[in-house]
Amino acid sequence: MKVLVTVKRVIDPYVKVRVKSDGSGVETANVKMTINPFCEIGVEQAVRMKEAGVVTEIVAVSIGVPQCQETLRTAMAMGADRGILVETDADVQPLAVAKVMKAIVARESPKLVIMGKQAIDDDSNQSGQMLAALLGWPQAAFTSKIEVNGDAADVTREIDGGLEKLAIKLPAVITTDLRLNEPRYVTLPNIMKAKKKPLEVVKPDALGVDVAPRLTTLKVEEPPKRGAGVKVADVKELVAKLKNEAKII
Amino acid sequence: MAVLVIAEHDGKQLKPGTANAVTAAGKMGGDIAVLVAGHQCGEAAKAAAKLAGVKKVLHCDAPHYEGGVAENLAALIVPLAPNYSHVVAPATGFGKNLMPRVAALLDVQQVSDISAVESPDTFVRPTYAGNVLATVKSSDKIKVVTVRGTAFEAAGESGAAPVETLAPAPDAGLSSFKGQELTKSARPELAAARVIVSGGRGMGSADNFKILEALADKLGAAVGASRAAVDSGFVPNDYQVGQTGKIVAPELYIAVGISGAIQHLAGMKDSKVIVAINKDAEAPIFAVANYWLVEDLFKAVPELTAEL
Repeated sequence: MKVLVTVKRVIDPYVKVRVKSDGSGVETANVKMTINPFCEIGVEQAVRMKEAGVVTEIVAVSIGVPQCQETLRTAMAMGADRGILVETDADVQPLAVAKVMKAIVARESPKLVIMGKQAIDDDSNQSGQMLAALLGWPQAAFTSKIEVNGDAADVTREIDGGLEKLAIKLPAVITTDLRLNEPRYVTLPNIMKAKKKPLEVVKPDALGVDVAPRLTTLKVEEPPKRGAGVKVADVKELVAKLKNEAKII
Repeated sequence: MAVLVIAEHDGKQLKPGTANAVTAAGKMGGDIAVLVAGHQCGEAAKAAAKLAGVKKVLHCDAPHYEGGVAENLAALIVPLAPNYSHVVAPATGFGKNLMPRVAALLDVQQVSDISAVESPDTFVRPTYAGNVLATVKSSDKIKVVTVRGTAFEAAGESGAAPVETLAPAPDAGLSSFKGQELTKSARPELAAARVIVSGGRGMGSADNFKILEALADKLGAAVGASRAAVDSGFVPNDYQVGQTGKIVAPELYIAVGISGAIQHLAGMKDSKVIVAINKDAEAPIFAVANYWLVEDLFKAVPELTAEL
C-alpha cells in the first residue's frame, strides 16, 4: 500500500527563539532550521512499514517556502521514495494544510497518511485530525503503536491517563507521538541517493486550494520572566525556606 | 452569543480541565451550555449542572460515545455548533484529539491552547514551547477554541442548571474503542495536584522512582517526569510534563534530576514555586527555580522526605 507522510520545516527545537523587535513575529533569518521532530517519527514509521513489507511506496509532502525541499531530501534520505513540495510563502495554517493535503490525497490515493501530532513551532496540534475530518476517514491521533491488518489497523494512542486502544478502518490518518519509534540517523550514501529521487513542486492554486489565513496574528511577545531564584546550601535550609518564606508546606 | 463547552469526563465525574474551560467560556460572552456525551455518563452530566455559570447541560448517552471517540463525537457536535458563537473544550488529550475534527467539519481554523481571552474573537496562546505568546484574532463565524487549564481558575460548584437529554447521532462506523490501559495510582492527577514531584534522567532507573514516590506521598503530591525519564522506560507516558506532554502549574513543583530542556520547562514554568535538585551546578532548570539545591538526589531526596 502507498503511504503519504508530511514533513514540516521548523526552527530547530534546541535553538532559543527570539521575538522580532517590532512584535510582528519570530526571528527566522539565519536561524537553524530542521525537520519537525514529530514528522521525523512519521517518516521513520513509514520506512519501517516498508521494510516490513506492509508499505510499497512512501511519498513525502511538505508545504512552504522553496527551502522545504531540504526537508523533503531529509525524508528521502531516511527512505521516502519521492517528494512533493506545495510551494508558497503564505502563513499556511492547519486548516489550509488539511485542505492542501486533501487535494494531494485525491491525486495520490494513499491508504494511510502519517503526520506529526504537532509542529514544535506553532504547537497547534490540529492538521492530522482536520485532514481525517475533511476526508471522512478515521483518525488515530498521538499514536504509539500501529499494526496494519489488511483493510484495518489496531492502534495504541497515548492519552492523559495512560494508553488507549482503537480499531480503525483504512484508509486513515494517524498522527505520531514520541514513543512510536526512534528515528534513524541519515547516512551519507543515503543523502547522496536522496538527491536523485524525484521531487515535484506544485502551487496551492494548481491544487485549487485557498490557503489564506483565518487567524490574524496581532502581536507576539515573550512571556514574563521568572524572578531570580535562591541557591540553598542543604535540605534543612530548603525546608526552612519552603515553610517560612514560600509558606507552601 | 452563546458558548458550548464540551465536557471531558469518565462517566461519573468531570475531568479537571472542564471546570477551567467553563471559566474561559465565561470570558467569551453569552450563555454557557455544557455537552456531556458518553456512555453511561448521567453522573457526569449532574456534576456539570453544578458548575457555576452554566445555563444548561446537554446530556447524550450512547455506547458509541464510550472513550470519547472523536469521529462519533464530532458528528454529534457539528450540527449543534451553529447555535453557538463559540465551541470550547479543554486542551487535554481529549480536546486536542476531538476539536480539530469539529473545526474542520465547520470550515473553521481552531485556536489551540489559549491562555487568555482578550475579546470574543481575540485570544492569547503560547507557541514555541511557551517561549512566545501570540495574540491572534479569528475571522471565523464560529470560534472553535481549546483552553489551557492552568491559565484559568476552575469554575466553582454553586450552579444548578437544568439537564436536557439529547438524541445521539448515528455511529460513524469508522473506528471503535477497544479499551484503555490506565495507569493506576492513589495519588492525585497531575492536572489537579497542588504539589508535583517530578523525576528526570538523573533518576537512573524505574526502581529509583520509589524514593520520589515516598516524597510525593509525604506531600500528598502527584508524580511527574521529564521526557527523558519516560523514553528511558522509568515511568509510563502519562507521567510526562512538557511541551508535548502535560502542562501543569501547581503551587509547588519539585524537579529532581531534571536538567531542564526547553521542552520540559514549557510544561511547568508557570508553577507558583519551583524547587530544583540536581548535582550539576550548570543545569538550566536552576534558571526557573525559586530554590535550588546542588546535591546528589539520592542523598537529598530521602533527607527531604525525612525532614517533612
